[in-house]
Amino acid sequence: MNNRIACIASNTFREAVRDRVLYNLIAFAVLLSGAAILVGQISIDIEKLVVINLGLTAVSLFGVVIAIFVGIGLVSKEIEKRTLYTVLSRPVRRWEFIIGKFFGLAGTLVVNAFCMAIGVFGALLYVAHKFQKPDGWVLVALYFIILQFLIICSLALLFSSFSSPLLSAVFAFSLFVIGTFSEDLRNFAAMAQGMTKWVATAVAYLVPNFSALNVISSVAHGQPVSSQLIIFNSLYALLYSMMALCGAILIFQRRNLK
Amino acid sequence: MHAIEIVGLVKVYSVGFWRKRPKCALHPLHLNVEEGEIFGFLGPNGAGKTTTLKMLMGLVFPTSGSARILGRDLNDPGMKAQIGFLPEQPYFYDYLTARELLEYYGRLSGVAGKDLSARVQSVLGRVGLPDVAGVQLRKFSKGMLQRVGIAQAILHEPKVVFLDEPMSGLDPMGRREVRDLMEQLKAEGKTVFFSTHILSDAEALCDRVAVIHLGELRAVGAVADLTSGVQGKVEIVWEGTVVPTSIKTIGATCHVTGDTVRAVVAEESQDLVIDALRRERLRIVSLVPVRTTLEQYFVEKLKRSEKTAGSLA
Amino acid sequence: MNRSRTVTMTAGILLVACLAGSAAVLSRIDRLRTGATLEDVLFVSSPKAVKRMSLGYDGLLADIYWTRAVQYFGGRHEARASHYRLLAPLLAITTTLDPHLDVAYEFGANFLSPQPPNGAGMPDQATQLVEYGIRNNPDNWKLYYELGFIYYMDTKDYERAADAFLRGSKTPNAHPFLKVMAAQMAQHAGDTQMARALWTTTYQSSQEKQIRGNAVAHLRALQIADDVTALQELVGQYGQKTGQLPRSMADLVAANLLPAIPLDPSGRPYKLSPEGLVEVQVPDDFPFIEKGAPAGYKPPAPKNLEELGK
Repeated sequence: MNNRIACIASNTFREAVRDRVLYNLIAFAVLLSGAAILVGQISIDIEKLVVINLGLTAVSLFGVVIAIFVGIGLVSKEIEKRTLYTVLSRPVRRWEFIIGKFFGLAGTLVVNAFCMAIGVFGALLYVAHKFQKPDGWVLVALYFIILQFLIICSLALLFSSFSSPLLSAVFAFSLFVIGTFSEDLRNFAAMAQGMTKWVATAVAYLVPNFSALNVISSVAHGQPVSSQLIIFNSLYALLYSMMALCGAILIFQRRNLK
Repeated sequence: MHAIEIVGLVKVYSVGFWRKRPKCALHPLHLNVEEGEIFGFLGPNGAGKTTTLKMLMGLVFPTSGSARILGRDLNDPGMKAQIGFLPEQPYFYDYLTARELLEYYGRLSGVAGKDLSARVQSVLGRVGLPDVAGVQLRKFSKGMLQRVGIAQAILHEPKVVFLDEPMSGLDPMGRREVRDLMEQLKAEGKTVFFSTHILSDAEALCDRVAVIHLGELRAVGAVADLTSGVQGKVEIVWEGTVVPTSIKTIGATCHVTGDTVRAVVAEESQDLVIDALRRERLRIVSLVPVRTTLEQYFVEKLKRSEKTAGSLA
Repeated sequence: MNRSRTVTMTAGILLVACLAGSAAVLSRIDRLRTGATLEDVLFVSSPKAVKRMSLGYDGLLADIYWTRAVQYFGGRHEARASHYRLLAPLLAITTTLDPHLDVAYEFGANFLSPQPPNGAGMPDQATQLVEYGIRNNPDNWKLYYELGFIYYMDTKDYERAADAFLRGSKTPNAHPFLKVMAAQMAQHAGDTQMARALWTTTYQSSQEKQIRGNAVAHLRALQIADDVTALQELVGQYGQKTGQLPRSMADLVAANLLPAIPLDPSGRPYKLSPEGLVEVQVPDDFPFIEKGAPAGYKPPAPKNLEELGK
């Protein structure tokens, strides 16, 4: 990776760490260990199910919230505080700045998710006393959650490049919700007719698709995830984030910094 | 080759939310800055100084016109490695320490390794902050931030340094130091382009200045040349409570405070007043030229330019 | 070329390419996991759990589950599915999330109890669902009507049907039809007239396209049954009169037995088979046809019910 991108990425990571973003891990740990202890005492059969469901859902939600709230400020905060002036007057191209910011936030989220994953497996070990083969699928679910983070990061960055933080948060969060139900949206589009069908289909393919990235409940039941789905989901997340980043670059490239 | 070459730079903003109206922030600006000079870019607040600087830095895109720095295009990264920029009232990542910030900027400008840490230490010394390298910027005062800002602008030893209001937020000692620093930069063969609304700074430092008002270039040249036509004033203080009649007759305003008299007179009648005081054997305590701030300078300049429509521009 | 324009061009081209690519991958993913969203119902089979997980946004989630149920049924119905095992849990979740979503009960009454491919073939589940609806909306006459309907049409339990109609007739704003139904049930159970009245009420009282379409299809089949019976009678009369079978409907008109060639509900004239049987021209248009189709006729995939319901 180009040195300037790496530099901006590591600074973004450092900012997140110093702004105490990773403190969410404490809340996560409390939540998970509380749940593990509680479930372990109440019900015997579904304790694993609950730990996986709750753990992975928390990993996903905590990450999404961080991705949105840090992501929306990535560009707009630098413009507002005019820290961008001293960066862009250096040999830093504007697209390098966007890409660097993206990697910085993505890196933060990966580290965050990694710590949480250790917590989930710890809780799993606590309630089940040993790992079984289907637990490996939990790793796939975590991988999908990280793919989801990449998409949300890129979208937050896209909105951050042209809109105020509050609006960006609203946009990014709405897209997260819509994306969670994207499969319903596409089904709806398929059932519609005429003009509505075309518009609905276009929208359904434009919004991010998180349905296929959410395999938490099936993994909690020990169901396998097909390797094809892993490949296509990876490809999808890659293409979609790249698209959003290109959008962000296109907007930011022309933006006057007042 | 000019250090900076500005050819017909224009910036029009649209203002208003629904019905956008064009607002001209900068009329066609033509300006050349030579290598190795300290060039002052003068004008009252809102004159278009910062807009011009932002366009030169590639932060804002000109509506029309073009500019070259060191003979190269504005978004040429190779050129950008050779310039430094201090924005107006700079603000930096306050979660970083001064050293971390400078290392970050250094890397972005392509300085690396041992060279980098050595330069960071020396530049911090140069701006008078040798002992606070490890302190987070959120604990810095406004003046200290200004110094850090200057440090980051000269860290990578640029050929051209752009400083937007470099003296603001500094105490008199700090201003003195910044002036010295700018003179050092000139001595090192660097070009310094700085904006200010305080003429005294420009008078003390600049080889040449450009004066801009309401987005229009009003004058370019050496400070002395520009202000030669402007009536300066002198403040004279002497002991005693006596005001010689000859001084009264030239229309000076005199204030008697305690056992001294203070009079403000036009520069041209300065000798006359001194002669009168000598004759009366009164002891002169001080004789200070009253600084013509840029605002005052403009009041006269504008009056005159209205009379002799545009003869100065 | 200008550097900034190069970046713009590259980013623009990449954006379009990535968008196209992501859409293509997405359609692959969709094919890979058809109905996967619905299969989730199997993992969270307890409607109460879903309600708790909805964090208070149960109205919205009910609507989402409701559309899922409709799409699940619609999609599988078109494909002439042999089972609809997710329909009952989907409707159960929908109504637990929003117990006042009347249309979900209607939908359950119409499509949970009939045998596949016209429904899920689960009359017990259907009555349970509607009874649950009645407990939550005791003043809604439509629910009693639906309950009676299931008993009448699918389980042929006329006594319970009469009881349901009677209970319904006591609700405020009850449709007067319910009282009539309850009274006549003992006498006319199994009549075409009765069935016609029921389907007409279903058609009139529902807004849901698939339900209305289903009712229309049934009414048309009943209409054809009546027409065919009457016309077959005339064919017999013609035979008695002339001693031979009519070759076409025109013969019946010529013999002054008919004023004109009669039309079926789709507007096409009825025809005569070489054996002298009255038939519709396109039996595929009438999903529930019992009379008027050629011998050994097997119904194909039903037409889109929504089309009919408009």
